[in-house]
This record gives sequence, C-alpha cells and structure tokens, in this order.
Amino acid sequence: MVDRTGTPLVELRDISIAFGGIKAVDHVTVDLFPGEVVGLLGHNGAGKSTLIKCLSGAYQKDSGQILINGEEVEINDPRDARALNIETIYQTLALADNLDAASNLFLGRELVGKMGFVDESAMEAETRKIMGRLNPNFRKFNVPVNMLSGGQRQSVAIARAVYFNAKILIMDEPTAALGPHETQMVSELIQELKAQGIGIFLIEHDIHNVMKLCDRASVMKNGQLVGTVDVDKVTDEDILGMIILGKKPALAA
Amino acid sequence: MGMVGMYMGLLQVEYLTPVVGLGHPSLWIVSVIFGIAMGTLIGAFQGVLIAFLNIPSFIVTLGGLLVWRGAAFLVAGGRTIAPMDETFALLGGGSFGALGETGSWIFAVIACAFVVWAFVNGRKSRQKHGFALRPVWAETFVIGLICTVIIGATAIVNSYIWPKGNIEKYYASIGQELPECAKDNDTIYQGVCASFGHGFAYPVLIMIAVAIAMTILMTRTRFGRYVFAIGGNPEAAALSGINTRAMTVKIFALMGGLAGVAAIIGAARQNSATNAMGQLDELYVIAAAVVGGTSLAGGVGTIYGAIIGALILTSLQTGMVLIGFGDGSYQRIVIGVALVLAVWLDIVYRKRIK
Ligand SMILES: Nc1ncnc2c1ncn2[C@@H]1O[C@H](COP(=O)(O)OP(=O)(O)O)[C@@H](O)[C@H]1O
Ligand SMILES: [Mg+2]
Repeated sequence: MVDRTGTPLVELRDISIAFGGIKAVDHVTVDLFPGEVVGLLGHNGAGKSTLIKCLSGAYQKDSGQILINGEEVEINDPRDARALNIETIYQTLALADNLDAASNLFLGRELVGKMGFVDESAMEAETRKIMGRLNPNFRKFNVPVNMLSGGQRQSVAIARAVYFNAKILIMDEPTAALGPHETQMVSELIQELKAQGIGIFLIEHDIHNVMKLCDRASVMKNGQLVGTVDVDKVTDEDILGMIILGKKPALAA
Repeated sequence: MGMVGMYMGLLQVEYLTPVVGLGHPSLWIVSVIFGIAMGTLIGAFQGVLIAFLNIPSFIVTLGGLLVWRGAAFLVAGGRTIAPMDETFALLGGGSFGALGETGSWIFAVIACAFVVWAFVNGRKSRQKHGFALRPVWAETFVIGLICTVIIGATAIVNSYIWPKGNIEKYYASIGQELPECAKDNDTIYQGVCASFGHGFAYPVLIMIAVAIAMTILMTRTRFGRYVFAIGGNPEAAALSGINTRAMTVKIFALMGGLAGVAAIIGAARQNSATNAMGQLDELYVIAAAVVGGTSLAGGVGTIYGAIIGALILTSLQTGMVLIGFGDGSYQRIVIGVALVLAVWLDIVYRKRIK
C-alpha cells in the first residue's frame, strides 16, 4: 500500500492548455506519491498526452501550477524537466531514426571523454548493459533504430528513460507496440521501479494492466478530469464506466 | 542543405584588397579572416531568420543567393578585381602555392603515422569495453592500403614538374643563374631539374584540413551528433533537450564560414574576384553531396562521401574537357544525367539490402 500522508512527489494543479480554441486540457488536477503508479485513462484525444507533456517540458501550460516535493517549479523545456529527474517515454517514442540505439539513449546527454569528445565506445558499453537488463534478446547495437522492430524501438525508448535514474517517470502507452512477452517484462520493470520509490504516471489502454499495475487511476474526457479513484476500491467496470460515461461511480472514494 | 546560398556574397570581401593597398604583409591575413568572418555572419543571420521567424530554409537560402549576389555586383560595379595580393594568391595553388617534393614526402609520412595512431587508438578503446575486435592482420592490411594510397598520391603530385617559366622566375628570385638543364624543355624533366615537382597544392591541404576538422566535429562532438539528430527527427531532438533553434543558427554560421573558405580559395586561384564567381557552384555542391551519399531529407551523410562526390563530378567534367567532348552545354547535360543516375542506383541498392 502506498503511503499518501506526506507531501506528494508531483502535483499538477489546475492545469489548462488550449490549441487554437480547443481546450486540450481543461483545469486538470492530479498528483503522484513516491513509489506510486497513477494511471491516466481516457479515450483518444482526451488530453492525456498533452497533460503529461506539460510536465515533461514539451508543452508550456497556459495556466496552473506544477509542484515537485511541495515546491512550485517552472518547466519551460525538456531540459528543465530532465534536471528535475523527470524522464519521459513518449507515445511517439521520440527517437532519431537515423541514429543507433546508443546515440538515442544518450541524445542530449552524451558521455564525453577528457578532451570533450564524445566517447562512443563508453556509450555503447553502457547501452549494452542496460539493454541486457531490459531486453536480453536485443542485439542490434550498430544499426540505426529505423531498422528495428516496433518492440525493439520501444525498449530503446524505455531504456533511455530508465538509465538516468529518474525519480518521476512518465510512460505514455509504453506497451503499445509490444508483444505479450515484452509487455510482461515492462510490467515487471514498472513493479521494480515502483519498489525503488519512483513515482510513475502511466498512460495505458488495457484495463487489466491498469488494474494490475496502478495504485490509482485518473480518468480524463474531453480535456477534463472525470475523477481519480483507488484501483483497490473499484472494479474494472467502474473505471470503464468513467471512461465511457464521463461520470464518477457513486461508491468510489 | 542551405549551406550554399551565401557562397557568393562573400566574394565581395576580396574587394577590400585594393582599398588597403597592394603587397602589404598583413593583407592576405586580413582578407582571409574577413572572408571567413563575413561568411559566418551572413550564415548566422540567415540561420536566425530560419530558426526564429520560421521561414523555410530553402526560401531563405534562395533569397540570400539573390540578395548577396546582387550586393556583390553593386559593390564591384560589375568589374573584375585583379590581381590579388601575392601571398594570398598562393592559397589558390600553382607552382609556388604548393608544398614541393620534400615537404610532400614529410606530409605523407605524418599522414601515415596518423592513420596508424588512429587505428591503434580505436582498437584500444574497443578493447577497454570488451567489444569484438577485428583480426590484427585485417587491420594491418587496411592500414597498409591507406598508406599505399597516400604514398602513391604523393608520388603522383610530385611527378608534376614546374613549367619552365616558373623555374626561371624561381632562380631569378633567389638571384642565381638558371642551370643548363632548365633552359630546355627536353632536359627539364631530368636530373637536378626534376626536383621541381609540385607536391601537394595548398588548396588541397586546406581541403584535407577542413575535411578532418569537419569529420571530427560531425562524429566526435555533441554539436555534430545533434546535427544528425535534428536531421533525422527534429521533434525527438527537441524533446531530448537539444536547443534546435540555437543549433540551426550555429549550423548556418558554420556553413557560411566554410563558404568563406571556398570563396578565398576561388578568388586566390583565379587571382581575381568577380561577382559572377562561384555561380552555379551552389548547385554543384548539392549534386556532389548527393552523389556522395548525403540524404536531402536530412540526417544521413559523411564528409568524405561529399568529397568523393565532388571528385567524381569534377573528374567527369575535366575528363570531358580533356577528350574534347562537346562544349559546355553537352557537358552539363552529361553531369545532370549522371547525378540523377547516381541517385537512382543508390535507391535501387538500398532497396536490395533491406
Ligand atoms: N500540438 C498540438 N496542436 C494542436 N492540437 C493538439 C496538439 N497536441 C494535442 N492537440 C489536441 O489536443 C487534444 C488532446 O490530444 P492528446 O493529448 O494527444 O490526447 P490523448 O493522448 O488523450 O489521446 C486532441 O484534440 C488533439 O488534437
Ligand atoms: Mg496520447
């Protein structure tokens, strides 16, 4: 059971962002505690990706506050987010297709040697290490990632988020391109990271995975927050009802 | 890709020369620095337009091409400015603008030593991380091959003997009598006189230096890696915390600076500056890069590939001139066809290996 008595790791308060009149996120408030997995659910276009992009620095919120460990922070670009130990696996993966796995993993944070030159061998060695842990079957270290399968690409994106010791992890549909076996590995990884006290926002469509992995679920519809429920205290049907009807079930806390 | 637009504008730089006064020792240095600085500034300015005003790079480049060429014409009033400062003209090559025989051999030895060092270093670094190593004999073979090419090239450039007039000039300049053998075109290539081989021309050395520097920059520094990342997926690059706008300005500034170097060599070689200089070179540069395997879509390409592409295109052109094939218009047709053919072959080949 997650201890939710202290200060939340992340609080997104009253966040709004609009794109040319479309309110993609409309006064949404969610929070996340250390060692907790909060699922973000909703139909396509509900605003889930847009909400988390305000936290990852890809978008700038129009209004609202972001608090990390109770302190308000400014996140103006992805560098700010990374500096706050926020790592993101984007729905689009955000990989440079023409570069190999190691180059993508360290993109923007290359390992440099004494003379300031990029140390490719060291980066490849580190990449081999982390991939050995996440996806032991991965062999294609020296080809551009556009030569990889969807699942392999996804594992590169996951490795990038995990490698840099995130405290806050955002996973936008991390299992979308994965087969059952790889999905199982991601589930195990999430549980392992959770045990280390990392807070995770997980956007996930498969309701069984949500019931299994998440502590709480926040449901969005048309940019607005329908509600947040303890996964233990509701059934999967309750959550599906929230997604479809946009109403919070009466029994939930 | 938008690198070539400013190629021309810089050439007006050389118009400074007559203003400062002929033969002044600082003249060539000032010209060179000014040329590179001006190219860099123009490039940076165009980069700012692209990065911060979101104008497509192709449009800015095209507009820049017209503007700077027009400006060059205005400054020079359409005249040809010549001759250049003597030292400056050496950068264009020629008998005096070359390393000479001994210098070239020294250069070849240093180059070979460098190749060996680079291989040994690469091997050590792979060994440190326990990656698979290529067999020693294979690497030795490759090193041997590269060194053979270097030595062969040196022998070839050294075998080009100075023309008679230049040998006369040389002896006149050091105040000595012209040796007997150099007075006759038949004996000029024998004995003492044959030591007047050209060796590597300065522009070639400049190209090698630029190629090495750019290769290091593109493959070994963060800057270079970001260039490739932005070329492959600008969105991913931005999400990885790369400041893509600042990068765009820097890339264009760099290209402008290199165009400045090209302008310097061009002006030194012709020993004159005209506003029409380098015309159409913008397009040949793109053609050379594409033939050398650079993707116009971005993110793929190498420096040495572009150099090989340029060598292929110029060999084709010079070859046609030497065998007296057609006139300028036929030659252009052939080059145009060769460009399209090269890219088509590349597409077919890539499909095969997939
Ligand atoms: N960059 C953008 N420009 C314009 N509209 C956008 C942009 N990003 C998202 N949207 C819009 O915001 C809404 C929410 O999208 P998104 O957050 O991707 O939904 P979800 O991830 O829940 O499927 C959609 O209507 C989408 O079209
Ligand atoms: Mg989404």
